[in-house]
Amino acid sequence: MIHLVWLVPFLPLLGFLVNGLGRRYLSKSLAGIVGSGAVLAAFVISLLIFLEVKTPGFQAQVVPLFDFISAGSLHIPFAFQVDQLSALFLLIITGVGSLIHIYSTSYMHDESSEGFARYFAYLNLFVFSMLILVLGANYVMMFIGWEGVGLCSYLLIGFWFKNTNYNNAAKKAFVMNRIGDLGFLLGIFTMIVHFGSVSFPEVFERAAALGEGSKVIPVIAILLFVGAAGKSAQLPLYTWLPDAMAGPTPVSALIHAATMVTAGIYMIARSNILYTLAPSIQTIVAVIGLATAVLAATIALKQDDIKKVLAYSTVSQLGYMFLALGVGAYTTAVFHVMTHAFFKALLFLGSGSVIHAMGGEQNINKMGGLKKYMPVTHVTFLIGCLAIAGIPGLSGFFSKDEILAETFISNKLMYAIALITALMTAFYMFRLYYITFCGKFRGTHEQEHHLHESPAAITIPLIILAVLSVVGGYIGLPEVLGHSVLKEYLAPVFAPSAPFVHAHEHLSHNTEWLLMGLSSLLVIITIFFARSWYRNYEDNGEPRTGIAKVLENKWYVDELYDAIIVKPLMMLSRFFEEAIEKSGIDRLVNGVGRGVHWGSQQVRLLQSGQVGFYIFAMVIGMVVLFVIGFLLK
Amino acid sequence: MPVQYYIFLSIALFCIGVMGVLMRRNAIIIFMCVELMLNAVNLLLVAFSKMWADAGRVDAGGAQIFVFFIMVVAAAEVAAGLAIIVMVYRNSQSVDINIMNRLKN
Repeated sequence: MIHLVWLVPFLPLLGFLVNGLGRRYLSKSLAGIVGSGAVLAAFVISLLIFLEVKTPGFQAQVVPLFDFISAGSLHIPFAFQVDQLSALFLLIITGVGSLIHIYSTSYMHDESSEGFARYFAYLNLFVFSMLILVLGANYVMMFIGWEGVGLCSYLLIGFWFKNTNYNNAAKKAFVMNRIGDLGFLLGIFTMIVHFGSVSFPEVFERAAALGEGSKVIPVIAILLFVGAAGKSAQLPLYTWLPDAMAGPTPVSALIHAATMVTAGIYMIARSNILYTLAPSIQTIVAVIGLATAVLAATIALKQDDIKKVLAYSTVSQLGYMFLALGVGAYTTAVFHVMTHAFFKALLFLGSGSVIHAMGGEQNINKMGGLKKYMPVTHVTFLIGCLAIAGIPGLSGFFSKDEILAETFISNKLMYAIALITALMTAFYMFRLYYITFCGKFRGTHEQEHHLHESPAAITIPLIILAVLSVVGGYIGLPEVLGHSVLKEYLAPVFAPSAPFVHAHEHLSHNTEWLLMGLSSLLVIITIFFARSWYRNYEDNGEPRTGIAKVLENKWYVDELYDAIIVKPLMMLSRFFEEAIEKSGIDRLVNGVGRGVHWGSQQVRLLQSGQVGFYIFAMVIGMVVLFVIGFLLK
Repeated sequence: MPVQYYIFLSIALFCIGVMGVLMRRNAIIIFMCVELMLNAVNLLLVAFSKMWADAGRVDAGGAQIFVFFIMVVAAAEVAAGLAIIVMVYRNSQSVDINIMNRLKN
């Protein structure tokens, strides 16, 4: 089955071509079937591959397709690498991807049939790029996928391109991603210069040979991290992700929550040895991850747009994953990627169902009491909230608790901050839940009249994701409760960096119980707080003051960037336009033209029409040439 | 005979040609003067060819090839030039080159 791995990205590519080229001719149902079918088929193949990979003792296999770049001693094949990590990501991408495709067939049904096919074409192209990203056997292929997903993200954020704000959001996402991509690209170049290769096994082998204390590895590690920070929305490049909510909600669920934004985590987990060998960079990763987690969580406390809350929550959870990577808990980070993909996709799809029922309304102040109108959405959304908050027994609890425990081992202060972030997460998620689903309805009568539960194509993915959000955590049980299947499964991927990890103290079982109990207790208390505050929420319409206002305005980070980067850049551009372009280059070019024109007008007078004069001029000219030639000799 | 004689003769013929072209207004005379200049050059080429041949250079005959070329070109030029002059005469009953001023504009 492994040698057929190329089929996995090929099928979505085929779907993209069919939908993209035939968008004018395909009916909506056909476009939906092609789009969803391609990803579903890819999921089935991924599942077969996964079953093969998960047998103990499986060795990573590289499936080469053709030579991509061959220059001098540098050879970059177009090859897929199948190992435990890529097989797991295949399952997440195609699995969550197919659910979201199915969901989209209903959610996007109001589009014109051309727009519908275009939407599925983009979505399939995204899945294709993401699969290339995780399947690539070298950094260049990863970069191809990396750019592909960035492009699809841009296309899908600006899917409703007639709205200028949406287009601006798309451009913002693209530009921010490009800043990160530059770091990634420089990292690849550094790798080529120092290791002479970009394929994973060779780079890791040579890095391991250099060992700790090398000057090159931290440089590569930090450059790759810049790329990861751009793609995975970390400080200071996170502001594009909340704006990316301009796209259709299923896109937010698939690209801006479950898959694309976890590419940075995938990259660092893949390059684990580079980071293990550069402890200083690891610390930077952990600090930036934690800072992002806290900052985004505080902003999420006071957002009124249902999707913005979820967006900041995503940024915050991504920060959590980077924290895990930074403290060297690579397995835990991947575990959190997986559980987060389940519950965040669930929450986004749930919010999409709510927005659908509300006729496009996204402000939670206009909602309320949706519990009785939309029972399935309500229950699944509640499960998502419980999972992300970390209620014991649900998937989020296991992954988040493991991150907290690993952080506790490496740094107690970071642990405290991470715990507070976890409490904030629980608080804003339940604030969102209570304002949206409880209390009384605050929208217009017309909206109330139209409230309805969404059709099966929407509720079935919700139910499947809800089930996964509940049971997904049991593959990574903490040591006190049993045995982590995931840790054992992923062990070969992180084996190369094992010899360099400093003897890692293990938590005693008592401490582990204590940490788990503490965080669960605090989370439950926080949820009760949120319940008492927001259960009967009334929007009094008063503008917020003080710190709440600062949070509502996202710490004014956008304004800050505007003032220190965008405005000076605009001024510089205007200077270039006015001074350099218009009065410099333009004047020079026009001056040449005008000079030639004026000169010709003068020379034209010589053409008197007197043939005798012409001949005379010719003879004089020849004589002058002779004299010059004579003098030069 | 020293080669200088030939050179002086050529210069004289050439200058006569130049002056004729510059001063006369009859197109046919100008034409003849052009021929005179060409043949002055021919004479010079042949003279140099002879000089180098006397000095023992085997490839000295090469200059005479030029002479043939110039003769061929001159013949072609005469054919084209005379045709033009005939046409000018038919149109204006004159071979005065100042008639050509009308070509302006």
